[in-house]
Amino acid sequence: MHDFLYHRAADLADAVAKLTAGEDAKLIAGGMTLLPALKLRLSAPSDLVDLADVPGLKGITRAGRELVVGAMTCHADVAASEMVRSAIPALATLAEGIGDPAVRHRGTIGGSVANADPAADYPAGVVGLDAMVETTQRRIAADDFFTGIFETALEPGEIITAVHFKIPDRAAYLKFRHPASGYAVVGLMVARFGQSVRVAVTGAGPSVFRIAAMEEALQRRFAPDEIADIKVAATSLLGDIHCSAEYRSHLVTVLARRAVAALAA
Amino acid sequence: MRIDVKMTVNGKPVSGSVEARTLLVQFLREHLRMTGTHVGCDTSQCGCCIVHVDGKAIKSCTMLAVQAAGTSITTIEGLAAPDGTLHPMQDAFREHHGLQCGFCTPGMVMIGVDIARRLPGADEKTVRHQLEGNICRCTGYQGIVEAIMDGSARLNGTSYEGPSHA
Repeated sequence: MHDFLYHRAADLADAVAKLTAGEDAKLIAGGMTLLPALKLRLSAPSDLVDLADVPGLKGITRAGRELVVGAMTCHADVAASEMVRSAIPALATLAEGIGDPAVRHRGTIGGSVANADPAADYPAGVVGLDAMVETTQRRIAADDFFTGIFETALEPGEIITAVHFKIPDRAAYLKFRHPASGYAVVGLMVARFGQSVRVAVTGAGPSVFRIAAMEEALQRRFAPDEIADIKVAATSLLGDIHCSAEYRSHLVTVLARRAVAALAA
Repeated sequence: MRIDVKMTVNGKPVSGSVEARTLLVQFLREHLRMTGTHVGCDTSQCGCCIVHVDGKAIKSCTMLAVQAAGTSITTIEGLAAPDGTLHPMQDAFREHHGLQCGFCTPGMVMIGVDIARRLPGADEKTVRHQLEGNICRCTGYQGIVEAIMDGSARLNGTSYEGPSHA
């Protein structure tokens, strides 16, 4: 790991100032992805700006039909939260399935969402639950937030402060977990909001995506056989050392069917 | 960039001057000379480096020493009583032969204490799932799982009936 200048931001304004002032400054939250990347020298920032001491970024609150998770809230706290478990149990399931217990004590929702790893779990939760990503500058709709592989709509100097999840009538998150890393080979969130249905997929493509054909079919009739023949073309999916794009395409339909079956029961 | 850090390790205040990039596990092992915490993979997979930071199990190979400044840390050296009496989790590892070569043991014991705190009464399947971030190259998991279940029972004031296959 190359050395860097380390700053503990006192508050958000300080964090923005230090992030902007550094030649190639990066934020650090839990560091569960960033520190391994620094060790491999895949990343060598001039400065790290630590958000650990910034007040107001941790915790979970409920406001009407919304669950608000502070950016520095760790996965273990989301998984164990009674509020999350009662409002959106699928979100607790998603958080509980990230990495391992020690990783979940450090890794944060803000870090995961900002990093936008194509195989991370949270993007499926953020898009599937029609969330808004709150930043130091604005609120960004989930559908506009993830723009590509490790790419988001965040501007330089913009910091995620919270994620606002819409509370669905019911939702399910299923993932085909890579047995060694725990990352999603394919992860899929199905959520029902009244007559509206959202299906969001992570792990399968360069970035999280929705499946409009499945959403429309499920809005007509919410049953697993309605989507049994809907496939996402393998040409738009990832093939890698873990499995082929064709296999991921197969997994997407299988997981969607299982998620709908669980919710329709 | 050199930074002065202060933290509490096993109840004692410690301080040191580290580079910004110094990992917590390097600070513990190379600066404080506390080598009970091991480095297995250095890629946050194996769990040999698990310590507790403010009461929570974390991988000290994937945390900077500067990030730990101001925290209270417990390492494997901090579990036993000053007179050498083993911590109940350590004693359960001894009794159930929860180790073969012993390299992964500090991390296994530290995650075991963490599991006992978070999930009192966890069944065998849950304990096995909770160990997914700890790797034993000797594959001695049966004894490790039994030790954690028994250690957890002792710490939570319940009793352990023995392995399910027995």
